[in-house]
Amino acid sequence: MSESTYGEGIHQALVALLEADPTVFVLGQGLWSPWYVGGTMTDLDKRFGRDRIMDAPVSENATTGTAIGAAMSGMRPIVVHPRMDFMLLAADPIINQAANWSHLFSAKVPVPVVIRAIINRGGEQGAQHSQALQAMYAHVPGMKVVMPATARDAYQLLVDAVYDGNPVMYIDDRWCYGQKGELPTGTVPGPIGMGAILRPGKDLSIIAWSVMVQEALAAAEVLAREGIEAEVVDLRAIKPWDRKLVLESVRRTGRALVAEASWATAGMHAEVAAVIASEAFDRLRAPILRVTLPDCPAPSARTLEEPYYPKAATVIAAARRLCGCSPSHPLRQATLAVPGWIC
Amino acid sequence: MTDYDINLRRLRMMWRIRHAEEVIAGWVESGLARTPCHLYIGQEAVATGICGSLTAEDQVWGNHRSHGHYLAKGGDLTGMLCEVLCRASGCAGGRGGSMHLLGREVGILGTVPIVGATVPLAVGGALAMRMQGKGRVSVAFFGDGCVEEGHVGESMNLAAIYRTPCLFVIENNLYSSHMHIRERRVKDNIATMADLYGMPGEVVDGNDIAAVAVAGATAVARARAGEGPSLIEARTFRWRGHVGHRMDQDVGVSRRGELSEWLPRCPIARLRARLLEAGVAPTLLEQLEVDSKAEVAAAAQVAEAAPFPDPSTLTDHVYAGGQS
Repeated sequence: MSESTYGEGIHQALVALLEADPTVFVLGQGLWSPWYVGGTMTDLDKRFGRDRIMDAPVSENATTGTAIGAAMSGMRPIVVHPRMDFMLLAADPIINQAANWSHLFSAKVPVPVVIRAIINRGGEQGAQHSQALQAMYAHVPGMKVVMPATARDAYQLLVDAVYDGNPVMYIDDRWCYGQKGELPTGTVPGPIGMGAILRPGKDLSIIAWSVMVQEALAAAEVLAREGIEAEVVDLRAIKPWDRKLVLESVRRTGRALVAEASWATAGMHAEVAAVIASEAFDRLRAPILRVTLPDCPAPSARTLEEPYYPKAATVIAAARRLCGCSPSHPLRQATLAVPGWIC
Repeated sequence: MTDYDINLRRLRMMWRIRHAEEVIAGWVESGLARTPCHLYIGQEAVATGICGSLTAEDQVWGNHRSHGHYLAKGGDLTGMLCEVLCRASGCAGGRGGSMHLLGREVGILGTVPIVGATVPLAVGGALAMRMQGKGRVSVAFFGDGCVEEGHVGESMNLAAIYRTPCLFVIENNLYSSHMHIRERRVKDNIATMADLYGMPGEVVDGNDIAAVAVAGATAVARARAGEGPSLIEARTFRWRGHVGHRMDQDVGVSRRGELSEWLPRCPIARLRARLLEAGVAPTLLEQLEVDSKAEVAAAAQVAEAAPFPDPSTLTDHVYAGGQS
């Protein structure tokens, strides 16, 4: 079986969905451009026609609302935001409308819309071209949020999202596009909210999602050479999230490290940490630690980007502290030793 | 259907809206209804005139002031009154209240109060209809205040470039909450938006149901034929305040002078006069009014006796498909 990239996973899932289901269509900015969305839409307009692959003017609110209205009317649209930062202009249709609709109207009008938001950061792009805002959407009842970390999930979670029957935000991070793996085939959906253990271990649980999964796996390799066996849990979906899997893992290892490449205050990592604290406190051998971005907007200069984004080294430092190897590592501050924050 | 039948049907519907809202106004005054109620009295000809060209398969998208849209589109009177009192048997299960009406079976997929929020949803409904190819139409009703929301322009542009069967009906009642249109715009020229987005636009007397109906029929026929969206600005006036039951006093604004100019232009009185002029018996028209009042009173009685939602159902339906 040949390996494909994460970006190809998105592209192939779209091909499979568009071929199998005439109610699926894609709407959003940059869809007729070969480079705009990281190659994930290449030539789909030629293959499926511009009535189903609809490029859009720079009208984030109306394109999102249009997709949501079409979803209420029997279609399964995927609306694409090439940069998550710009999607803030569509906060009303996403939060006030799509997410509220089921409860407000007793589930009589389902909203099977997929909102694809792309995190595209680094490269000195600065504060408004770099943000990872998933926690804001995970906060809202009625929303589901998936964040694939692997090539396989880039494909599978898109299928799951299209057929969930509820508004689902599918967030892909361009820093994951190089990930390789075998892809599924077909359009058989699974339930949203199942995590996966990507590497077993007995000394601590590293709970991560999206881009931090690859950093956690790299960290686990290094830690293993030091005699620390880290279990890596890929959450896959952050709303709803797999509490059972996480709690079982933490109860087994007695130590929890939560890694998310977003800000320190009120991130999704805080929710995961809070649930571990309330439901597995008796099994914890150490305080719960989190690896996050500093509470600071994304910088542009490369000398500032370097200490901003947490990497495997950050996960390693936090794991060592948890396991009693380097208790002196400072909390909530950038250091020359490792990028990002440990808190 | 003859003109005579059509006009009697219109009169019956306008009475139904008027009487239902008078009951609701009474509930607001007595405190029985706590949910914010935005009354449509004075504007009945707009919803009734436009919806006359629609079938249950077509969609209507409303706003915070949608009792009239809901009834004119064929929504269930008892279900609406129950919803205004937030009862379990309300059309939205008591989770919505006056501002959130649902009539899926008649093409109302939900009304909401965020200003302009349903305008892009209406375009989405129209886009789905175009893709599904059944010659249906999606109508967005919104006020003059809504035009000042940026995404309304975005939505009109999308409706036009994607050639959707969408009809934008602006009910210009001169007020956005407490602000008069001349305090909000240099020019009272809303209908010129149509030209900006390359669609036909028409200004009509929104208190003349015949004029509204003709403009609506033209735009709906155009949409059904696949020729794209249209815009209608219906000029009208709401008799009550922005929210609540009061006639001339609301959010600190007295409009007594203006209201006295608009009361004689009552859309119901105008149609009634026209029918009398055409020789319809006054007793028939009186009977119509009496029957409407009785029907609304019976529905109101059902609503007042209906139970509230069971507290154990609080977190039901956060997700569709029985998921939690």
